[in-house]
Amino acid sequence: MSEPLLDQEVAARVLSRALANGGRFAEVFAERRGGMSLAIDESRIESVQAGAEEGAGVRVVDGATTYFAHVDGLEPAELERAADEAASALRADRGEPRPLSARPVTPVPIEVAPEGVPAARKAELLRELDQRGRALGDEIAQLSASYAEARRVVTIANSDGLFTGDDRTRTRIGVQTVARRGDKVETGAETLGAHRGFELLEDDPGLIAEQAAQKALTLLDSRPAPSGSMPVVVGGGFGGVLFHEMTGHGLEIDHIHKGASVYIGKLGEMVAQPLLNAYDDGRLPNEWGSDAIDDEGQPTQQTKVIEDGRLISYLYDHLGAEKDGVASTGNGRRESFRDLPIPRMTNTYIAPGESTPEAMIEEVKNGFYAVSFGGGQVDPATGDFVFGVSEGYLIEDGKVTAPCTGATLIGNCLDALAAIDAVGNDFFMKTGMCGKGGQKVPVGTGQGHVRVGRMTVGGTQL
Amino acid sequence: MSGQLPSVELSPAAARAVEAALAAGAGAAEAYAARDTGREVRVHGGAVESLTAATQAGIGIRAWDGGRVGYAYGTDLSDAGVAALAARAAEMAAVADSDEFAAPPAPAEIEALAGLDNPSVAAWNAGQVAELALTVERAALGADPRVAGVETAVYADSTEQVAIASSTGIAASYESSNCFAYLQALAEGEGGRETGLGFGLARGPDDLDPEAIGAEGAERAVAMIGAAKPASRSCPVVLDPTVAASFAGLIGGALGARAVQRGRSPFAGRLGDEVASTSFALHDDGRDPAGAASAPFDGEGVPRRRTALIEGGALRSYLYDTYTANREGTSSTGSAARAGYRSLPSVSASNLIVAGGDLSTAELLAEAGDGLFVTDVAGLHSGVNPVTGVFSVGASGRTIRDGALAEPVREFTIAGELVAMLRAVVAAGSETRWVPFGGSVQTPPLLVSELAISGT
Repeated sequence: MSEPLLDQEVAARVLSRALANGGRFAEVFAERRGGMSLAIDESRIESVQAGAEEGAGVRVVDGATTYFAHVDGLEPAELERAADEAASALRADRGEPRPLSARPVTPVPIEVAPEGVPAARKAELLRELDQRGRALGDEIAQLSASYAEARRVVTIANSDGLFTGDDRTRTRIGVQTVARRGDKVETGAETLGAHRGFELLEDDPGLIAEQAAQKALTLLDSRPAPSGSMPVVVGGGFGGVLFHEMTGHGLEIDHIHKGASVYIGKLGEMVAQPLLNAYDDGRLPNEWGSDAIDDEGQPTQQTKVIEDGRLISYLYDHLGAEKDGVASTGNGRRESFRDLPIPRMTNTYIAPGESTPEAMIEEVKNGFYAVSFGGGQVDPATGDFVFGVSEGYLIEDGKVTAPCTGATLIGNCLDALAAIDAVGNDFFMKTGMCGKGGQKVPVGTGQGHVRVGRMTVGGTQL
Repeated sequence: MSGQLPSVELSPAAARAVEAALAAGAGAAEAYAARDTGREVRVHGGAVESLTAATQAGIGIRAWDGGRVGYAYGTDLSDAGVAALAARAAEMAAVADSDEFAAPPAPAEIEALAGLDNPSVAAWNAGQVAELALTVERAALGADPRVAGVETAVYADSTEQVAIASSTGIAASYESSNCFAYLQALAEGEGGRETGLGFGLARGPDDLDPEAIGAEGAERAVAMIGAAKPASRSCPVVLDPTVAASFAGLIGGALGARAVQRGRSPFAGRLGDEVASTSFALHDDGRDPAGAASAPFDGEGVPRRRTALIEGGALRSYLYDTYTANREGTSSTGSAARAGYRSLPSVSASNLIVAGGDLSTAELLAEAGDGLFVTDVAGLHSGVNPVTGVFSVGASGRTIRDGALAEPVREFTIAGELVAMLRAVVAAGSETRWVPFGGSVQTPPLLVSELAISGT
């Protein structure tokens, strides 16, 4: 792994200054972040850009209050200035950080560093995506695709004596298509991403262009989505955003501690039918939401949150865990050195069940089949959530029939979770970007097909 | 704390970056340097939960090699750092394909814009702004016994300095400050928990009203107690300003010329067409001192201005940056936006302003008769297709019965198509408000004659 961004002595000095006016915990988080991206649109390579930033954030915790300052650059004098700034509001006696001891970390393995791949090769890849998608026919009116690579090297030291770091490289491509037939216009999108290097794109990256194009073409035959309450079969992979929204966010410990989650007081209770098992897992090999350690230096882990329908764990960062007298689950994450860590999901998924997707659909008389999604949103306090369906179909007499556009699924967490009555055996993961408190972090979502016995489909057709 | 910073002057840094890019082989170059000094206070339970002090500064360099464009950004403003970035931008340009319309703008006279800063941002210390946030929380807790708590109350401010320089002769700079406070209040009753948002925006903390912000959050949360799903139906809907702003933002986005020219907007090919009722008028104004997005010039140094978008029901103009204007042989509307130095400029609205009408909110509800008053929407990023304009989003609010507000409703969707919705706006209210959703938007409540509701 790469060299630490800070000397251990510099880190110790910064921590000592951070505790100069008291406080029970101090931390310095140093980061070098960089990457490049480019796009193709109208079959032309454009928006070619590269970035390189470095800086550090210093926090001091005293009582229930966190003082935080961040600076650009990693000059020791700048870091000490940030420490002084964070400490400036405290008025207590000097605290002493414990001596630092280095904890080695094995970062998620990267085979082909994207920085070493010529930019022209990345442009060529986008041209391939463009051609593959457009090859599906003249009804593909527009195609745009993007490539992005990002590397974050972090060094973390805290007053409990921890000195550690990580080196993370993520690569992702995405394709958006527009199909047109007369006045009818539809769109399709697909992404491929991982905590991996350029080897991610060795197989058949062009496949996602075909998938995105096929989605838009399929929807050219769509009708407006139905509205009302009905059984809903949710597709695998990104369908896991359902669980991410309706359960994952409500288990983040900050929401629990602030009285703003419907899962308060539910630990140990049955919240789902016994067929449901679910995890947050920051250690899934090379998965989009995986890291070796979280952004507080805690090793990531697999945390089972629902076991046979029973809620068994919340998701903890350092401060939340300290408050509950438990160990952090390695969910303290931040977008960059400019942000405070908060409890966040990593890769969240419903474990594979025993049903086949075909059987789950056959058992529905009339309902809705939601295959892919644009994303979702939840208010953890009320439990109300929504998620937008980008590709959906009617289920009529146990058969998948007409494609539909313009549907959003809406429900309340506890009701919808309890209404899951079948879980498929066709598990896979997809990538997403999750926003919370103004910070975006990469998260994985996954599941096989899942059936919700009753849910509101918000279309226009009564 | 800005006084303690090792200060690299932004304008000279931008000028040096342009020189360095030309030296690295670029045919033309532009540099955008920005420094942001800000702080944020979060309070919870009568105590400060976090206090953040932040400075960041960086530069983004755009290099042209004929019609090829490359971009590089970074935080290292030293001579060597800027030179390395400039070389990187030129290197990026070599990867792009040539586009005959890609070119830097020519300099134009930039009129100064007063009123973008407020001395109270610098004058108020951390203790004072923390007290402001605590007052927001206290006001909510004291407003009604059913307010059970406040999830977060936040105050934040920032002072931004921007400098731009280009090889075509642009050299300009400005400074502006913004602040806001908001809270998410929690109310309990009838076996449920409800949330309510209160917020305020200003140039400085002395123009915020913490009592009003707290009271608004409390009122919104308490009003939702006992909410149930409404029946699925098609009915008149009144969008309150926070919701109307979200939709105005979507419309402003769809009026960006980039989306239009690439066939990805429901407004493509409709210039001059009737796209709204005469009750809905929209313009973009990048110089309104009350608008958070105001500045003397846009993200590529073109003067900001006022642009009528929809007037008398007809589509009057799209929004252009230099590239999209070149493509149509027209002029930029000063609509190149940047999300800081990290981003290439791209077409985006500045401050969107929806014209107010004659009716008070009470009169608007009376006009609606029976329907729904929507006070919150969720899932806009996934429930709206910006290419087709088809939308279905989560919503909550109040029933309108016999022209007045009645019981609360939640867990339903409103669905339709953007242009059809604009044509169905039958009245705009007179009570306009600045809202930070959908960008920076000033809007009244809007009465839409019919939208599809999906509930029970």
